[in-house]
Amino acid sequence: MQQIIYFFIKNKNFLLFALLFLISFILTLESHSYHNSKLISSTNFFSAKVYSVTSNITEYFDLKEQNKILLEQNSNLLKYQANTNTPNSQTPLDSLLSKNFEFTGARVINNVYNKTNNHITIDKGHNDSLEPDMGVITSKGIVGIINKTSGKYARIQSLLNTKSQINAQLKKSKHFGFLTWNTQNPHVVQLTEIPKLAPIAIGDTIITGGNSAIFPKGILVGRVANYTIENNDSYTVDVRLFNDMTNLSHVFVIKNKNKKEIIQLQSSDDAE
Amino acid sequence: MQNNQIILNIVRFVVLMLLQVIVLNHINFLGYVNPYAYLIFILLFPFDGSKTLLIFLSFLLGLSIDLFSDSGGVHAAACVLVGFLRPGILKFSFGVSYEYNAVKLNKVTFKERVFYITLMVFIHHFVLFGLEIFSLSHIVLILKSTLFSGIFSVLLILCILLLFDTKEN
Repeated sequence: MQQIIYFFIKNKNFLLFALLFLISFILTLESHSYHNSKLISSTNFFSAKVYSVTSNITEYFDLKEQNKILLEQNSNLLKYQANTNTPNSQTPLDSLLSKNFEFTGARVINNVYNKTNNHITIDKGHNDSLEPDMGVITSKGIVGIINKTSGKYARIQSLLNTKSQINAQLKKSKHFGFLTWNTQNPHVVQLTEIPKLAPIAIGDTIITGGNSAIFPKGILVGRVANYTIENNDSYTVDVRLFNDMTNLSHVFVIKNKNKKEIIQLQSSDDAE
Repeated sequence: MQNNQIILNIVRFVVLMLLQVIVLNHINFLGYVNPYAYLIFILLFPFDGSKTLLIFLSFLLGLSIDLFSDSGGVHAAACVLVGFLRPGILKFSFGVSYEYNAVKLNKVTFKERVFYITLMVFIHHFVLFGLEIFSLSHIVLILKSTLFSGIFSVLLILCILLLFDTKEN
């Protein structure tokens, strides 16, 4: 017994190191699994508070740019309003305004885009009835999906995250695939599994597919910058995002009112 | 450790952590290169201080950075490792004189100091990026990030140390 105690005292540094390293390794592994890191995240009270204080200050440096974005959005909305009477207005904004979806504006307090798995923190949480698995967009295009909320804050799994897989399609031919990111460039994401027979050209617009309950159909994503044929008879398309993911300030969270119904219906399908 | 040393280290801990998460994590030089200057806390922790305490404090420092950057436990793991390896690295960089508590970081030759800092920074960064990216197919990205961020960190740490190099300690 004495020897065991003596062993512990003699090796206490190594044992402490091994224990703490194991803890951090487990936390790391957990953060690499899908729907991740419930334990350590920036939505906790302390770090979210610090981020919102600093973003309150740094916001001012960016006001001019953000004003310009707002102006653009306003002019788009005005244009839409002026054109709604014409029957053939198939603008993407059409579905934005459909009544099944509600939008909540929020401010970005922390935005990371230099890692392989990036997250964005916003200043609204489940007190404002935000929940995990809600889509997030700006006036220019999609941003990501909420994956964790606390009282006043929420964390978004950004498009620039190797774990993200968002359904998207070609605007003109309705062939759909999944948006992934190869970590190379924060302005370009990859659209995979587009069937080979899809007519595709550089400059084509990519929009969200509406096959999931998260995003309405027709939210803008980006333009085709380049495409290659994979050996399994499908295209991998480089999509240049309309959004500047490195400069986000205000975002909209999409709430799908019929989501519960859709998910219930889909799960009942599986059961049969 | 004397009282003023304890206070100095607490202040250093908090200031470096906030500096890291508020300023340095958002530099994004060339798109992805960030310096990690909070390592100064581990580098400067009193050489005659308790090794057990250093390991524990390194873990705490890394974990608080992780809390801010949504990275699971990668900073904590890298910090614990360099905290644990520090006595060995000190001996390796400054020779046996370190064991008699005769070494002060601002008294050693510039070459020895750079060697010590570089070794610590690169071990830390390699573990950090290895765990953060966590995929063998991205090994080039891991090495590239380690190299560029490492150079950036070493330069920044040297500058900060020169700037705060007071005469009395």
